Amino acid sequence: MKKDIDIAVIGGGPAGLAAALEAHRRAPDKSVLIVERDRELGGILQQCIHNGFGLHFFGEELTGPEYAGRFIAQLRNTGIEIMTDTMVLELSDDRRILAVSAANGLVEIQAGAVILAMGCRERTRGALNIPGTRPAGVYTAGCAQRLVNMEGFMPGRRVVILGSGDIGLIMARRMTWEGAKVEVVAEIMPYSSGLNRNIVQCLVDNGIPLRFNHTVTNILGRERVEGVTIAEVDPASRQPIPGTEITYECDTLLLSVGLIPENELTQAAGIQLDRVTSGAVVDENRQTSLPGVFACGNVLHVHDLVDNVSDEAILAGRAAAAYVTHPAPAAGIRRVSALSGVRYTVPQRITENASGKQDIYFRVGSAYRPATLVVKCGDEVVLTRKKPIMTPGEMEKISIDAAKITGDITLEIEEAHAQ
Amino acid sequence: MSRSFDVAIVGAGVVGCAIARQLARYELRIALIDAAEDVGMGASRANSAIVHAGYDCPPGSVEARLNVIGNALYRPWCDELDVPFKRCGSFVIGFGPEDEETLRGLYERGLKNGVPAMSLMPGCQARGLEPALSPEVTMALFAPTAGITCPYQMTIACAENARANGAEWLLDHPVTAMRREGDGIVLTAGGEEITARYVVNAAGVFADEISRMLGDDSFSIRPRKGEYMLLDRKSTCVDTVVFQTPSRLGKGILVAPTVDGNMFAGPTAVDMTDKRDTAVTPEGIARLTAMSKKSVPGIDLRAVITSFAGVRAQPSTGDFIIGASPVEPRLIQAAGICSPGLTSAPAIAGEIDRILRRSGLEMPEKADYNPIRKAIPEFRNLDNAQRAALIESDARYGRVICRCETITEGEIVEAIRRGARSLDGVKRRTRAGMGRCQGGFCSPRVMEILARELNVPMTELTKFGGASKLLVGTLKEV
Repeated sequence: MKKDIDIAVIGGGPAGLAAALEAHRRAPDKSVLIVERDRELGGILQQCIHNGFGLHFFGEELTGPEYAGRFIAQLRNTGIEIMTDTMVLELSDDRRILAVSAANGLVEIQAGAVILAMGCRERTRGALNIPGTRPAGVYTAGCAQRLVNMEGFMPGRRVVILGSGDIGLIMARRMTWEGAKVEVVAEIMPYSSGLNRNIVQCLVDNGIPLRFNHTVTNILGRERVEGVTIAEVDPASRQPIPGTEITYECDTLLLSVGLIPENELTQAAGIQLDRVTSGAVVDENRQTSLPGVFACGNVLHVHDLVDNVSDEAILAGRAAAAYVTHPAPAAGIRRVSALSGVRYTVPQRITENASGKQDIYFRVGSAYRPATLVVKCGDEVVLTRKKPIMTPGEMEKISIDAAKITGDITLEIEEAHAQ
Repeated sequence: MSRSFDVAIVGAGVVGCAIARQLARYELRIALIDAAEDVGMGASRANSAIVHAGYDCPPGSVEARLNVIGNALYRPWCDELDVPFKRCGSFVIGFGPEDEETLRGLYERGLKNGVPAMSLMPGCQARGLEPALSPEVTMALFAPTAGITCPYQMTIACAENARANGAEWLLDHPVTAMRREGDGIVLTAGGEEITARYVVNAAGVFADEISRMLGDDSFSIRPRKGEYMLLDRKSTCVDTVVFQTPSRLGKGILVAPTVDGNMFAGPTAVDMTDKRDTAVTPEGIARLTAMSKKSVPGIDLRAVITSFAGVRAQPSTGDFIIGASPVEPRLIQAAGICSPGLTSAPAIAGEIDRILRRSGLEMPEKADYNPIRKAIPEFRNLDNAQRAALIESDARYGRVICRCETITEGEIVEAIRRGARSLDGVKRRTRAGMGRCQGGFCSPRVMEILARELNVPMTELTKFGGASKLLVGTLKEV
């Protein structure tokens, strides 16, 4: 099967849905296609049956499926074409997409613009080199979430969780509510990468201990997990301190140790990636280094809140619509760089076409209380922002008037006390 | 009434399966028996996947002879069995005068063992052929006949081909006792009694225990653990197998590409007491990290996607133990098969063939013997016309289940039809779950397909048989 499409969106999760809808809104006479690898739209939201989604974007608290449902409902009568159960195999630098499905076989799509919205995957045990045996009962938190919430199965009864990422925190509560005993959450860093509200609601409210500066040093059990040993780590070297080991008898180890944008297609298309975010380098329109290819959501950088994903997807959808209707003239690039204390920024560049308020998202590299963010354009300070606390677990945002961006700009933390 | 066979092969690792395949060409009733739920569950699933050239083994040893013969047999065997094999060549690298002396010794050994086409070269020349080598390398031994294969595919392929030619698989059948009765041997395996005219002992690390059941305690097997780290495909930076100069404990830590395009570092070599201990240790990982960086400084260890360990069977005799037992002539040993066991497996199979024939077993050729086995179609490696045709034949080849490795439902269903019964069984046959997400996304879907195809509840599914249950129950049950 061959198709010509004006705007092709790869991924039908929250980013892809919002981007497709916005692209259609802006360019109603252009064809829009969403290609989704799972059996239904909504992405990982469909397994996030807890609430807390949409406070910013919709001004109310929704569950994951409800949040996705708001967007899916809007697809009706738009003419946006949907291909589910369809996997994109290749993206080439001339915006040709090769996809496959059981229903349609191989599908070749020539797109006028492409929006990358493939989301992210979880880091695994292997990436951490956790010693021990390799029994059944070691799951990433998201895999366990799917088994519990989508399939209705319990992966275990007594649980140790490594990593205090949001999915791990949510699953600590979920497993507890389903009758499992969550022994401990071990976090190698001195702070959590999860949201504070999740620590309170999921751990504190359920009496689950969270041990900072702790990691898993051994997995016991030949066939099924029989125990997990954690130990305190030296805060400087992150190496386990001998003699601090505690072994928990348990049948399950859940891992919530980070998310990695899924950029295999992006990379194969020759699009420039950011070493820190593992996502594409983009401008204020979320356009990548390949003209006509845009990226948004967790494939671009890992977000804390789906609401921010939706905001970002709207930018990409709008820009993709503009690209296929009235492309902007080529313009010079201002670089946005993360300096001391700031790990990364998105976007990493701003074009000279930019006008009005420009939002720059960033994360800091360690916990600061308090912190002063300084934005400079050349040597000139264009903005300072003092905050009582900034942590790597919470994405920050600043807004700068494009008129002030007359050259490359930098973001850095100054006069701060690293914790 | 017990089942009776001409030959019972105890142990369905690569050696046992190669023997089964070799013997299946004759009019023989063959049983391939293993305690595990699948073939290739011991050292055959966790080793270096190297087809060695043969310069390591002591000249005159059984392993030296079988290594060189086995190496030469790999191409025809892999062609017939549709198993990946790449003769990529190997380097043994040396750092300074002491290593250089060892390298010269290896070269001499290789000549005595009949290894073809080796060359000793200075470090700069080696780096010309393998640019990833450390600038500190002063000399290297290059052996172009060394290669890489997939050890569990080789094992599975041999087992499938043996079965297609009439051999029976008796898995989940731990052999717990054997006794001589008349001119045969009675085995108690998995609770049933099986009689066989001959027993071939290919039981890997447990071969000494099997041998003792028939009164032969002439050797013992010491387990030696080897740990490995596997790297993501995009980080592969070597095209050849890179060994360090060997030590008393083995061939040293190597860095090598895999036939699937990944790269790995390993193995460590630690003598153990527990034959089932495949735990990865912090010491092992630290050693792999240091040693692999020494060989290949550019290795990107952030790209490690998994680590694992295997246990090799080190014989007390210091050499492969192949031949009729002096205590029980109906017991044929294929024991103590440490490295280079994978390489030697086809040659060991030929050796066992001759030994059985000499023992008086009648082995008429089967008229309809078929040496050809076809691999499961690999959607990811086909061109688009082939992919379209495959989906045309079965639409399930159009449904991608494992995203990282692009493995389709069609491949998974076919793997189950061929004998996969667990998540790891599917993984070894198809690569589903072997990629960078390590099954995070596809495990629940592979489980669904397993449950459907095997017609068992999800809660009965295992990672690798036995008590390795994946789920503990349904919601509100626990």
